[in-house]
Amino acid sequence: MNEHYTLRVNGVERDVCDSWIGESLLYVLRERLDLPGAKGACEQGECGSCTVFVDGAAVCSCLVLAASAVDAEIATVEGLNPDGTLTDVQEAFVREGAVQCGFCTPGLVMAVHHLLDAEPEPSDLQVKEALSGNICRCTGYGRIFAAVDAVIARRRDAAR
Amino acid sequence: MSRSTIDTVRTDDRSGTSREVLGANALRPDGAAKVKGEFAFSSDMWAQNMLWGGTLRSPHPRARIVSIDVSAAWRIAGVETVVTADDVPGQLTYGLISEDQPVFARGEVRYMGEPIAAVAADHPETCRRALAAIAVEWEVLPALVDPETAIAGGFDPIHPDGNVIRHQRIIRGDTSATGAIVVEGTYELGMQDQAFLGTEAALAVPDHDGGGVEVYIATQWLHEDRKQMAKCLALPEDKVRLVLGGVGGAFGAREDISLQVHTALLALRTGRPVKMQYGREESFFGHVHRHPATIWMRHHATDSGEIVKIEARFVFDGGAYASTSSAVLINGVTHAQGPYRCDNAVVDGWAVRTNNPPCGAMRGFGVVQACFAHEGQMDKIAAAAGLDPVEVRLRNAMRTGDRLITGQVVESVAPVERCIRETAALPMPSPLPDRPDALLMPGGSGLTADRHHIRRGVGWGVSIKNIMYSEGFDDFSTARCVLADGVVTLKFATSEVGQGFVTLAPQIARSVLGVDDVVLDTIDTGVGSAGSTSASRQTWMSGGAVDGACRLVRERLFEHVGRAHGVDPLRLVIEDTDVVDSMGSLRVPVGEASAGLRIDETFEHHHRPTEELDENGQGNCHVAFAFVAHRAVVDVDPELGLVKVVQVATAQDVGRALNPLSVVGQIEGGIAQGLGLAVMEEIIVDNGRVRNPSFTDYLLPTALDAPEVIATLVEEHEPQAPLGAKGVGEPPCISVTPAIVAAIRDAIGRDLARVPVRPQDICF
Ligand code: FES
Ligand code: FES
Repeated sequence: MNEHYTLRVNGVERDVCDSWIGESLLYVLRERLDLPGAKGACEQGECGSCTVFVDGAAVCSCLVLAASAVDAEIATVEGLNPDGTLTDVQEAFVREGAVQCGFCTPGLVMAVHHLLDAEPEPSDLQVKEALSGNICRCTGYGRIFAAVDAVIARRRDAAR
Repeated sequence: MSRSTIDTVRTDDRSGTSREVLGANALRPDGAAKVKGEFAFSSDMWAQNMLWGGTLRSPHPRARIVSIDVSAAWRIAGVETVVTADDVPGQLTYGLISEDQPVFARGEVRYMGEPIAAVAADHPETCRRALAAIAVEWEVLPALVDPETAIAGGFDPIHPDGNVIRHQRIIRGDTSATGAIVVEGTYELGMQDQAFLGTEAALAVPDHDGGGVEVYIATQWLHEDRKQMAKCLALPEDKVRLVLGGVGGAFGAREDISLQVHTALLALRTGRPVKMQYGREESFFGHVHRHPATIWMRHHATDSGEIVKIEARFVFDGGAYASTSSAVLINGVTHAQGPYRCDNAVVDGWAVRTNNPPCGAMRGFGVVQACFAHEGQMDKIAAAAGLDPVEVRLRNAMRTGDRLITGQVVESVAPVERCIRETAALPMPSPLPDRPDALLMPGGSGLTADRHHIRRGVGWGVSIKNIMYSEGFDDFSTARCVLADGVVTLKFATSEVGQGFVTLAPQIARSVLGVDDVVLDTIDTGVGSAGSTSASRQTWMSGGAVDGACRLVRERLFEHVGRAHGVDPLRLVIEDTDVVDSMGSLRVPVGEASAGLRIDETFEHHHRPTEELDENGQGNCHVAFAFVAHRAVVDVDPELGLVKVVQVATAQDVGRALNPLSVVGQIEGGIAQGLGLAVMEEIIVDNGRVRNPSFTDYLLPTALDAPEVIATLVEEHEPQAPLGAKGVGEPPCISVTPAIVAAIRDAIGRDLARVPVRPQDICF
């Protein structure tokens, strides 16, 4: 347990001290850097609860060795809106009833941002496919789709 | 494709005001924290100087423990303690109904995954190494894995309490009655997992004097956990304080003890905070599952399709320990008739002990199993009588005042006919296009299905579900309400597992007391029990408790205002946010009326008493019932055995929708779980061994599997319910499973009697 390295998370250099080399990025974020927003529900890349961005790509942080991410830009749900207000996606999740237990929510919020940043007007099937790596056991996804629709509509209006 | 097809559920606000009162689509108070990742789930708990705990589990379904040597684990740097059954200070076993499950196995293990020892260490990896260093010498014993063998007495008892957990029969009416139509079938259900996303986790913090412990825990019932923990820890109950840690879903899997006693014991032994958290694989072994069941049914009906008599035999495999098996059995057998009239019945039911994984509560609790069987039978009656699936159900639909096969009169509002008719009136999906996107077809992105092979089918399911606990159990709930200077503070021990009681409770207070500011106190054992968040009971029970406490406070507020203004308090009412004299002109805002006051009231809500069943299964054992109808549309590729659930339409009897948005969330979520049981989800157990304890091998519905859901809420206020509302959590997942299976049968013209339906069931 004596690895030392630095990660760049949400634009800030963070030292990781006295760690074990086998720790996942998910573990280091949650247990060492006090960023518990990413959740672990399967720890094998199946559920998406641990979704973070590494150099702009949405990844399962449970599958990434933290020590391998030293040169990358890491972004977590805590960094989405540093001023503490809600992003449009977060706001829509609350308003449309897309949150029940909320365990899947941070990962889904990240996945939706990732989708809509790349594709502002996705089709229904594109939405479903993009979110199919994020399991939600509570909602049956209906209100999550409603939240995505609401964001798309709102961004479209704002662009007009 | 138009976007509106995704969202066709009616979620209109029924409150008629912008205030978040009853009937409004009030938003979750914890929503912002949850979307920001700031909400503290029990797995997010952390304490200074904290250790990690880990559990050693049996690799065998049944074996004698010849010896356990923990010395090598102690020698690993960073290990602070190792505990086994010898270190349990109090009662060695626990359990919800009978205390038959060991804290740690002693002498013998009875299922794969049974806890044997636990360690506390400075890092999860140290725990893993320490557990690997514990040497256990086993004598593997033959395992009892066949429930019929357990019933037949063909195996020596694998537990001092015997191999039969409970047997119950129901005899009613003329047992020799027959009908022109006789149909029978044997139905089988596999073992389903609740698969909540937030795995079991707890943080235990010992008191400084070592005489007690505080535990942050994700659970469904704080007070019941405390009771069981205190016994095993040999502590008075008031020395075990439980605080609800954020709960990442429950669905029944958090009703039993999992890591509660272990975590507290490790903390008490080390004098340091200890956190335990199961990974996904351990979670599959760490909680009970839905009972696999085999149900034989024979229905007698008139030639016009009216049920004359039902005969049935239920076998529930309870696995190694009793958990709630006896209650699941009673739910199964007492719901054998479904939401249909039936005067004559001969039903036999068994819940047995085997060396399979222990089973207990999961959303639907025994009724899911019964419903899969009775709905298969209804379609057989329909076919024999030449009726369509809707007509046969309408002909037999139960009404308020009808009797169950237990002799109990259904006093609940019973809009079965209306649920069926309203479901039938919902639009059907458009046909599959000639050149569909692959993702719309069975098999999806596997790109395997051939459009020309795909056949569409439609199927029906209708169900009845008891709500609240049964058989004489008084599952009351407690709430405390404090009104001070226009602000209400509510305190209760009701587990919020995602269902939204934290949204509903303030809605109740706003409606009753005319306030807008409602503060929720910590959910912990610092107030009376709320009973369990299960059995679709919290809206009724804890909702009733909050409503009762708020009404007591309102009475005292009216007395005060009456005195101050010389008005008879009986004339006072709340209108919006004002206290108003209904016969005069006085109008005072509640904030002003309560200025400088502090009114503090606590209320316990009890439902009406129920009774145990007699030996013939007769008795008023249930409190109330909720009903629902489902119609499923599926596309099937019969060559490949692939299924795509296209649409589920449903009309659900909700009594009164107190928060339509929340109700819809329960409906859609329940439908997804019922879909999982129909075509995807099964814990595969092979000679007592679990073969697929991971999300790679245990398949859960994803966004691409979610069907279009069209729902309508049937609102006929339930007079027995404190707020007119029935519980809505369980019904959505019950009859959707048989509806989907019936739709597959319709598509391929083949009988299917087992869920989940697997490709080989369709193709061969
Ligand atoms: S925890 Fe990383 S994908 Fe499930
Ligand atoms: S809200 Fe509970 S898992 Fe998605």
